[in-house]
Amino acid sequence: MSGIPHDHYEPKTGAEKWLHSRLPIVGLIYDTIMIPTPKNLNWWWIWGIVLAFCLVLQIVTGIVLVMHYTPHVDLAFASIEHIMRNVNGGHMIRYIHMNGASLFFVAVYIHIFRGLYYGSYKAPREITWIVGMLIFLMMMGTGFMGYVLPWGQMSFWGATVITGLFGAIPFIGEPIQTWLLGGPAVDNATLNRFFSLHYLLPFVIVALVIVHIWAFHTTGNNNPTGVDVRKGSKEEAEKDTLPFWPYFVIKDFLGLAVVLVIFWAIVGFMPNYLGHPDNYIEANPLVTPAHIVPEWYFLPFYAILRAFTSEVWVVQIASFVTGGIVDAKFFGVLAMFGAIAVMALAPWLDTSRVRSGVYRPQFKWWFLLLVIDFFALMWLGAMPAEEPYASFSLIASAYWFGYFLVILPLLGVIEKPLTPPATIEDDFNAHYGKKAGADANPAE
Amino acid sequence: MFKKLATGAALALALIPGASFAAGGSGHVEDFQFSFEGPFGKFDQNQLQRGLQIYTEVCAACHGLRYVPLRTLGDEGGPGLPEDQVRAYAEENFEVFDAELDDYRPAKPTDNFPVNDGVGAPDLSLMAKARAGFHGPYGSGMNQLFKGMGGAEYIASLLDGYTGKEKEEAGTTFYENTAFPGGWISMAPPLGDEQVEFADGYANDVHHMSQDVAAFLMWTAEPKMMARQTTGFVGVLILSILSVLLYLTNKRLWAPHKGKKTA
Repeated sequence: MSGIPHDHYEPKTGAEKWLHSRLPIVGLIYDTIMIPTPKNLNWWWIWGIVLAFCLVLQIVTGIVLVMHYTPHVDLAFASIEHIMRNVNGGHMIRYIHMNGASLFFVAVYIHIFRGLYYGSYKAPREITWIVGMLIFLMMMGTGFMGYVLPWGQMSFWGATVITGLFGAIPFIGEPIQTWLLGGPAVDNATLNRFFSLHYLLPFVIVALVIVHIWAFHTTGNNNPTGVDVRKGSKEEAEKDTLPFWPYFVIKDFLGLAVVLVIFWAIVGFMPNYLGHPDNYIEANPLVTPAHIVPEWYFLPFYAILRAFTSEVWVVQIASFVTGGIVDAKFFGVLAMFGAIAVMALAPWLDTSRVRSGVYRPQFKWWFLLLVIDFFALMWLGAMPAEEPYASFSLIASAYWFGYFLVILPLLGVIEKPLTPPATIEDDFNAHYGKKAGADANPAE
Repeated sequence: MFKKLATGAALALALIPGASFAAGGSGHVEDFQFSFEGPFGKFDQNQLQRGLQIYTEVCAACHGLRYVPLRTLGDEGGPGLPEDQVRAYAEENFEVFDAELDDYRPAKPTDNFPVNDGVGAPDLSLMAKARAGFHGPYGSGMNQLFKGMGGAEYIASLLDGYTGKEKEEAGTTFYENTAFPGGWISMAPPLGDEQVEFADGYANDVHHMSQDVAAFLMWTAEPKMMARQTTGFVGVLILSILSVLLYLTNKRLWAPHKGKKTA
C-alpha cells in the first residue's frame, strides 16, 4: 500500500495461503501495522493514536449511555440523573464520555497545529489534510449535538443560538433553520434528530479516519525535518525508517498512557471543571441564562463569529456591495466557516519550497503568533460581547485570516529558508550522536 | 520553541473555563472549609445527617429533591442511615402519589424525595452543581482540584449571607443578601439560630447550620463523589505504573537504534 519499499506479508502455511488467495485481510493488516515510519518522529506525533483512542472511547461509552438515556424533552434531563444515580458505574461512564469529548478536542487541536508547523499538509499529503479537516468538522457537529442531549439550560440555549446561525443565511435561512429544528423553535423534534445524528456521525468519522490513514499510508508519514524517506531501494528506505510495530506503537502507547493519567485525574477529581453549572439546570425556554457560553473547544470560532459586528468596515462594505444581503450576522457565519476553510486551503496557500517549519526562520515566529492568536480567541470567546473584548476579537480574527491568506503565500517568496538535512538518517543520527552508516552494519 | 508552547497552552487552557464565570456580577462567596474538599476529601457522615435533618425540618417545606432516591440515604459515602431508619424516615416525612392506588400513600425507600414546586421554589437536587460558587484563584477554577465543586460554598454563603434589610417591590418582599447575585433575594431568611435541635447537641447557629445543609446538598448533587474519587485515585495509580513500564519498554526497544547499550 505504501510507496516506501518494504517487506510484504507472505502466507506460509496451507491455511494462510488458502485464506490469502480468497481474502488478503491478514496481508492488509500486516502492511498497515508494519508500515515503514520515519524513525525521527518526535513526541508531537503521538496525538494520532490519542485521537484513535478517543474515537473508540467515545463510541463505547456512548453506546452504553444510550442504553439508559431517553431522548425526550420531558425525560432527557431526568434520565441523565438516572444514569448518575441508579445505573451501576453510570456516573463514571457519563463523566468519561463528557470529558472524553474535551480530550478529543485537545488532541485534535494539537494534531492540527503539529501539521501546520511541520508542513504536513503540503504535497503530497493534501488529501490527508482535507480529509482531516472534514473529520474536524464532523467532530464539531457531533460535539455540539452531544452537548444538547442532557437538555440542560446551556444545551437548550446553545442549540438555539447555533441553529440560529443558519437563520442568518439570506432568503433561504429561515426555512433551513425550521427544517433543521423540525419546528419553529428548539423542541422535542430537535432533541430527537440531534440524538439520531449524534449516534450516526461518529461512524461517519470512523469511515473518514480509515480514509485519512489510507491516504497517509500511501504517501508515508511526514516527519520533523519534512525530508522525504529515500525510496530507491528497500535497503535505503530501511536507513530512514523503522516499522510502525513495535517501535511506534510502544512509543505512542507511552504517550497515550501519560495523557490518560491526566485525563483520569480530571475525570476522578474534577469532572465538572470544563462544564458549565447552568447545564445542571433543566432546559427552560422561558428563562435565558445570563451568559450563553459554548463549550471551550468552540470558543475560538465563536469569537470569530461574534467579532464581525455592523460597525466593522469590511462588514459595511460587504453589506453595501451586496445591497444589504450580507448583513453583520451572515458575515459572522461566513467568517466562522471561512476560518476553517482557509485552514483547509493551507496546502495551496503555502508557497514555501521547504516543508518543515524547523528550517523556516521567519515562519516560526508567525506560527508562534498563530498559536497565541488561537488561545487569545479562545479566551475572547468566553468574554461578554463588549469593549475592549470586541476590538481584541476583531484583531485576533484578522490575524487568523491574515496568517493563511497573506503570510503563508508571501513568506514562501520573501523568506530565505535554511537547508534541511540531506536524509532522515542524518537527522536521527545527529540527535543520538551515532556515526552515519552504523545501522547498515549491525554486526560490527 | 514548539516545546515551550505546550506549557503555555496548558496554562491558557486552565484559565478559559474560569473566565466565563468571572464575567457574571455575582455576590460574595465565602471560602468555607468542607470535609469533602480535595482529591481525598470525604463527606462527614454526621454533617450529612444534620443537613438532612435541617432539610427535612426547614427546606422541605418549599423545596423538593426530585432526583434523589430515598434509599440512597442508606448508601455508603452518604448519610449512611441504617435500613430501618431509611424506611421510617420515608414513611414519617413524605407522601407520594401512587398511580396504582390512585391515591397518596406514605413514601417508601424505593421512591424519590417528592417534587415540591408549590410555591415555585427551585428543586435542590442539583443545586450544588448548578451554582459556580467560589471559583478561584483569579477566577481560574483550579481550586476545584483542591476544594471540589464550588456550589456548596455558594449555598452556605447564601444561607449565612442575610443582612436583615428588606425592601418591597411590586408587592414582593426582597431580602438583602451578600451572596446572591444582585444583592436582593425573594426567599425570606430560612434559618434562625437554634431553629433545629440536633440529637448530639451540635452547634445550631445559622453559621453552622448553613454549612451542614450545604454539605448535605453537595451530597444530593454528587452522591457518588467518594466512589468516584477512589476510582480516580486507583486509575491514576495504575496508569502511572503503566506509564513507567511503557517508558522502560520503549527505552529498551529503541536503545539499539539510538546507539545505546541495552540495559
